[in-house]
Amino acid sequence: MKTPTPPSSQRSSAELAISAEHLVRRFGQFTAVDDVSFQVKKGEIFGFLGPNGSGKTTIIKMLTGLLPLNGGVAYVGGLDVRTHPEQVRERIGYMSQKFSLYDDLTVAENLQFYGRIYSLPADRLKRRMGEIIELNGLAPYLDRLAAKLSGGWKQRLALGCAMLHEPQLLFLDEPTAGIDPVARRELWDLLFELSGHGITFFVTTHYMDEAERCSHVAYIYYGKLIADGTPSSLREIPEVQPPGTIRIEITTPEVTRALKFARQIPGIRSATIFGQSIHALVDDHLDLNGLREELLKSAIAVAEIRPLAPSLEDVFVELTYKHQALTEAARG
Amino acid sequence: MASPFRGFGAIFYKETLHVRRDFGTLFFSLIIPLLQMVLLGFGIDTNVRNVNTVIYNADGRRESRELIDRLKNSDTFHVMRYVQNDHDLNDTIVAGRARVGIKIPVDYSDRLLHQTGAQVLVLIDGSDSSVAGQAINVTTAIGLDESLKRVLQDRAPMAVEMRPKLLFNPDSRSPNFFLPGLTAILLLNVTTFLTAFAIVREKERGTLEQLFVTPVRPFGLLLGKILPYFAIGFFELCLILTFMRFVFRVPIHGSVFLLAFLSLPYIFVSLSLGILISSKANSQGEAMQMAFLTILPSVFFSGYIFPRETMPWFFHAISYLVPASYFINITRGVILRGATLAHLWRDALALFAIGTFLLVVAARRFQNKAISA
Repeated sequence: MKTPTPPSSQRSSAELAISAEHLVRRFGQFTAVDDVSFQVKKGEIFGFLGPNGSGKTTIIKMLTGLLPLNGGVAYVGGLDVRTHPEQVRERIGYMSQKFSLYDDLTVAENLQFYGRIYSLPADRLKRRMGEIIELNGLAPYLDRLAAKLSGGWKQRLALGCAMLHEPQLLFLDEPTAGIDPVARRELWDLLFELSGHGITFFVTTHYMDEAERCSHVAYIYYGKLIADGTPSSLREIPEVQPPGTIRIEITTPEVTRALKFARQIPGIRSATIFGQSIHALVDDHLDLNGLREELLKSAIAVAEIRPLAPSLEDVFVELTYKHQALTEAARG
Repeated sequence: MASPFRGFGAIFYKETLHVRRDFGTLFFSLIIPLLQMVLLGFGIDTNVRNVNTVIYNADGRRESRELIDRLKNSDTFHVMRYVQNDHDLNDTIVAGRARVGIKIPVDYSDRLLHQTGAQVLVLIDGSDSSVAGQAINVTTAIGLDESLKRVLQDRAPMAVEMRPKLLFNPDSRSPNFFLPGLTAILLLNVTTFLTAFAIVREKERGTLEQLFVTPVRPFGLLLGKILPYFAIGFFELCLILTFMRFVFRVPIHGSVFLLAFLSLPYIFVSLSLGILISSKANSQGEAMQMAFLTILPSVFFSGYIFPRETMPWFFHAISYLVPASYFINITRGVILRGATLAHLWRDALALFAIGTFLLVVAARRFQNKAISA
């Protein structure tokens, strides 16, 4: 369709996997989810980030009908979760943080069990098991007890169980927490492959590198959604990259001293240590060669100074500062 | 609209696998009740026999020795010591070596001869009421009998003679009385306990949360969980009854099939109770403690040990809420009294009602379950 994108609330649900509008969830006096709205398009890998306890899992539970909404509306697969929780559950898959498998059942039995839960007819169950085993590479482990699998394989099995009934939307709650880097990489490769088949993923994570891989990213900070967009569009928002500024990376063996020094230089708006370098937001008219000389004058060796594109971490840090400032201003 | 039992088949299949995998737990939960039964069945005798008795015979003549022989022959007293003074008599009882002390005074035979009324002192340790009661009854009866013999002429009939006849358990065998009641308590081990763990285990693993995101409905979940243990509980009941009949030789006066049939609602109640515990507890340890809590009322308020009729009204009222009360009435009814369905249907109905109530409460708890974030 070539028509211009209509305002969000009227966008056709046919192209949306999830549409959440003004979600609110309170636990007693505490507001865990505060007026959160976002949309997930079909086929996206939607990365949901935020610190522990910021409301990520709560939102998943609201979208899957496990927790009633205290406000707002949520459509999942075009269905209102408040009125059709059961139909929603038929169409989604969910993988919790703990890879909820039955340790004393074998890989094949775990798969069979979830197939039966969704009342798959025998022939379809057989076909789907074949597909999942093939796709997730589970064939060598079919008769192994789930307890005896390593973290990465447990997670592949859990993913397999969650998608046996061919859901078009999968919720993965921190799927890579506590597994080794290779398994993490392989899982993401698998997610991309599945995404290519048109499956939508709603993934929560702590890892910034995982966020960079998502086609769409949202950042929630203590119940408030403070960022929402594609990784590249987020890098360009003015809060992160104010007009007239650039980001630079200063590589130096003496990061601590260099940081102290850099923070006193007019024209450097903020600076943070990243390993053996300093990331700084500076006025774009700042003379980089002059900066290098000033550092050298103070006996700080400088290996390299170069412009840098902001990372998603930079984005979230800036947005969090801004949000905190706004909250404090509102209080004061 | 989806059936409220959605997911039953899948859960049942899975639960059966769990039970088969964890054969050790199953084996012990089946064996331990039988061991308890052997211990209690052989170990407990509620009939008071061979009470340790100390005697101070100050008289020592033929009449006094005849009296001692009568006491010995009663089967109630076991004479373990003879003493020669009051102090030793008293001391033996205080030390706990004898429960009963009997003193025959110096003038016992003389008074009998002169018909001036002989007196015998019977000291009884009152710290165990059933022993004390039996000692009072038997000594009084012997005294009365001795007196009657001397007053009545030979072969004269007694004016009034009571002839008690014990129905159903004529030998007063303790196992006959104890084991039918014990069956109700032991069954709890395999029913309430096993199911109490069944759901808590899923809570601990996080799989319960996963199930809630599937189309499984509460009743499908709960019944699927219950049914495998129902079969196990029934099997255990058959084991217990077989043991009772052939090892302890407790005759079953009524129909075994009726007993098996009427045990179904009891198994149902105890499984539902386990499920309810499971829905409340957050860890297996917690579930264990709550399951133990159900054992106590089943032992004390069900009539298993203390008759329900003699309880203070408050505890008597509680006994109506204890499922074991009804089942003990059923087991004793069928096994000892040969009762039929016409006598026992009310108990079965009460059990079924309690079980349904508990299960619905548990299912509602799951329905309203808001898993905390």
